[in-house]
Amino acid sequence: MNPFTQLDGLVAPLDRANVDTDAIIPKQFLKSIKRSGFGPNAFDEWRYLDVGQPGQDNSKRLLNPDFVLNKPRYQGAQILLTRDNFGCGSSREHAPWALEDYGFRVLIGPSFADIFFNNSFKNGLLPIKLDAAEVDELFRQCEASEGYRLKVDLAAQTITRPDGKSIHFDIDPFRKECLLNGWDDIGLTLRHADKIRAFEDRRRAEHPYYYS
Amino acid sequence: MHAQTLYEKLWSSHVVHQEADGTALIYIDRHLVHEVTSPQAFEGLKLAGRKPWRISSIVATADHNTPTDHWDLGIQDPVSRQQVETLDANIREVGSLAYFPFKDARQGIVHVIGPENGATLPGMTVVCGDSHTSTHGAFGCLAHGIGTSEVEHVLATQCLLQKKSKTMLVRVDGQLGRGVTAKDIVLAIIGRIGTAGGTGYAMEFGGSAIRALSMEGRMTICNMAIEAGARAGLVGVDETTIEYLKDRPFSPKGALWDKAVEYWRTLHSDEGAEFDKVVELKAEDIQPQVTWGTSPEMVTTVDGRVPDPAAVTDPVRREGMERALKYMGLEANTPITDIAVDQVFIGSCTNSRIEDLREAAAVARGRSKAANVKRVLVVPGSGLVKRQAEEEGLDKIFVAAGFEWREPGCSMCLAMNADRLEPGERCASTSNRNFEGRQGAGGRTHLVSPAMAAAAAVTGHFTDVRTLA
Repeated sequence: MNPFTQLDGLVAPLDRANVDTDAIIPKQFLKSIKRSGFGPNAFDEWRYLDVGQPGQDNSKRLLNPDFVLNKPRYQGAQILLTRDNFGCGSSREHAPWALEDYGFRVLIGPSFADIFFNNSFKNGLLPIKLDAAEVDELFRQCEASEGYRLKVDLAAQTITRPDGKSIHFDIDPFRKECLLNGWDDIGLTLRHADKIRAFEDRRRAEHPYYYS
Repeated sequence: MHAQTLYEKLWSSHVVHQEADGTALIYIDRHLVHEVTSPQAFEGLKLAGRKPWRISSIVATADHNTPTDHWDLGIQDPVSRQQVETLDANIREVGSLAYFPFKDARQGIVHVIGPENGATLPGMTVVCGDSHTSTHGAFGCLAHGIGTSEVEHVLATQCLLQKKSKTMLVRVDGQLGRGVTAKDIVLAIIGRIGTAGGTGYAMEFGGSAIRALSMEGRMTICNMAIEAGARAGLVGVDETTIEYLKDRPFSPKGALWDKAVEYWRTLHSDEGAEFDKVVELKAEDIQPQVTWGTSPEMVTTVDGRVPDPAAVTDPVRREGMERALKYMGLEANTPITDIAVDQVFIGSCTNSRIEDLREAAAVARGRSKAANVKRVLVVPGSGLVKRQAEEEGLDKIFVAAGFEWREPGCSMCLAMNADRLEPGERCASTSNRNFEGRQGAGGRTHLVSPAMAAAAAVTGHFTDVRTLA
């Protein structure tokens, strides 16, 4: 996993609640057996005017000019502003894969669905929960000024606005450490292999019916 | 010892190690695997030179991509076929406790085959790369969906990194009215608390109306806990649970069964256990439910009307409703029973078990598909469900009514196979998500119970099933 430390990035606003994982990456693209290449199909049904299929040359498809991420001013955005319950629905990790492949590194919203939230951290994507009022203000500022950027500092747990205001955000210390260092979860867990083995031996003795 | 919730009991019996901030390593007893979310995990494992930790924890099947008709022709879509063949190859290489491949007599939706084979047992931790893993919590086990990185993590370490959830009790007391089912209960709960209402919680369902439900009904409710935002749904163990599990293929036998049952009887929330949040519903107040929008919380009763966004003050919510009505092609204030349907889908991990098919057949018996309904798909959850339904003659009732009786799989719940809606088509569906494009790009989904789906199929529009004598 790529580490995440700091980012000074262009912001794009996706002003709707309950953006589900079917919208982030529609099911026809889940047939891939790879982890990469989902970016061109992120938000496929909103982003293009036709119905997308795997294996298509996406550069030849007609873009929906009304979809916010297609607006010239948001090209190259790395920070996505969202509303409540972003990432609800399925557990497909293809959703964070698609967002990361599209170019996003930070998501900011009032709330995220649990499984999506978890999956994001495994892919170097930082989801940040802020108070609804703070998010409202970011939407206002972003829409009001073209080229709106935010500075995100994970170590300091701050978002800095162009007007200089610094906003603190919370994150689990363990997740923060993993993301800052780009640590591989599995490698970390296997340091406890002896403990896992001991637990398993105990469990097998106490509850043999789970091992028959 | 203080009174504990079921969640606390399950959590504390699986903690292997805990970090200073509370992040814990949780041991996983059962790992269910399907073709869509596992290929990258198996590949990652192989690239890192790692071996699976405990092969006998793995139960696998192919369900999302498999066709529901013409099994003799195999899987026509080459991309779908490759994904299923990749699972075949991975399981062949790695091994498993059980694998039910495409066309196997016990193949089916992963959340149907686990319980019916006794591979889901009380007191276990159960994970799968699929959000509807919450289904298995109906058995008093801690079950939730995980992403592909976590699938790989469980394969390699038999553990997951987790933070303890908060606990919520949803208590439904009283007696359900005639024609009102488990699906209506869970849609009513989601309508009450919203699709983010359970975020961060393990959601236990209790009360006399839940106790009175069969295991099939409890699975329907836990299945949609995720639609209320809760990764895990739970129901405490009782005689219904134990009776269901007796003599299933992977259930313990003989002295082991007795020992297991003794432990399982402790798997319920203690009297006086405290929950972080309690929500209460009266069973008598619950009516047959129909969703009208593009989120499961956009739900009303069959005798209701499509709501009017103009009556809502919160701008984000109002715009969400307006967008949903536009997508759904609906006008505000339309009576629900005036909405005609083009297709009906009876199936999915929510409602494809034998009891669901019986409910639908009871309505279809002696009736016919309405002329305006293009297609009614009945897709059993597994080969075993299909066989039992055929033994009971349910297939003949469906076929006589003009419904199509299909092979098992996920089918039009998410339309990864060939079963899907055309743009603009409207569907009464027993599945779990009415998101934009879920059943096919441009398709319009209304979530209902199996009985209500059958009622829409035979009348051509949403109909209160209680009015069909």
